[in-house]
Amino acid sequence: MMTADNVLDGNAAAGPLLEIFSVDLTAAHGRCDECGRVCALAETVLYNHAPGLVIRCVGCDAVLLRLVDNGTRAWLDLRGLSYLQIDRAQ
Amino acid sequence: MSFSPAVVSAVRAETDNSRTLTLDVDGWPGHLAGQHVDIRLTAEDGYTAVRSYSIASSADSKALEVTVDKLVDGEVSPYLVDGADVGDRLEVRGPAGGWFVWPGTDDRPVQLIGGGSGIVPLMAMIRSHGDAGSTAPFRLLYSVRSPTSALYFAELMRRAVDDEHLRVDFAFTRETPPDWPTPPHRLTRDTLEESVYPPEDMAEFFICGSTPFVESVANWLVDAGHPPERIKTERFGGIGVSP
Repeated sequence: MMTADNVLDGNAAAGPLLEIFSVDLTAAHGRCDECGRVCALAETVLYNHAPGLVIRCVGCDAVLLRLVDNGTRAWLDLRGLSYLQIDRAQ
Repeated sequence: MSFSPAVVSAVRAETDNSRTLTLDVDGWPGHLAGQHVDIRLTAEDGYTAVRSYSIASSADSKALEVTVDKLVDGEVSPYLVDGADVGDRLEVRGPAGGWFVWPGTDDRPVQLIGGGSGIVPLMAMIRSHGDAGSTAPFRLLYSVRSPTSALYFAELMRRAVDDEHLRVDFAFTRETPPDWPTPPHRLTRDTLEESVYPPEDMAEFFICGSTPFVESVANWLVDAGHPPERIKTERFGGIGVSP
């Protein structure tokens, strides 16, 4: 990746999510609550020019995850995901 | 994990438009091939910009090197390519990303497909594969405009000769080296199939490049019978918008 003046997939959400979670969430598989598609968060569509991050489903474009982090407080909205399957470190 | 201070300890030109920077970070834990870092620059007035860059160095080396391609109208890449000097300070968050990685723990065949500067994380995989003496069959297909815009051209040619487990194919789209066996061509469904492992080899695919490149290639592979679950992708865009 070399990017990112405007990164377009979920791989680039790894850093911001590591601010909050101790495991990498981009390798986790999530189910879109709207269309049921399951894929790694890395494979989703990422918009990072909002005041925060917005991750959308590659299948139906529904919002899966929103993250706003001002450095002292973060807001995380996971409404669009039915679940996240996180592979534990071996 | 948040940002850590980093110092530029070396710079190396790669092409007219790109440069590799070695960054020293206290307590750097090492990385997996394919991971990236986020780099944060802070201006004197406090304005910050964050961009993601793939790590180019071998996972075995413990060094943190990123190769940066200068984007027209970029906010961060022109400084990293033209401005940054040894001793300059910036901030780094990472290593990040656990999906688009080659952990180097098995001997399954690996097919790498890079478009333009999408070669960078794939180069980290090739270097890691070579440094670790891995016997996993590795194959790279690198689609790039010309020899002078190809990153790591000499090193790739050398590694392909030295390492019997690595094969490198180029698809030069505008200009080839002198006496190159094939004329310039764009990658198509057919030329792609000739240059990658067939489905029966059960290779794992890593594709990195611009969004249209990655999507075309991934779709052709799926149409040719490669299972989608063995295809990992990383896309980048180039529009100048700050996060």
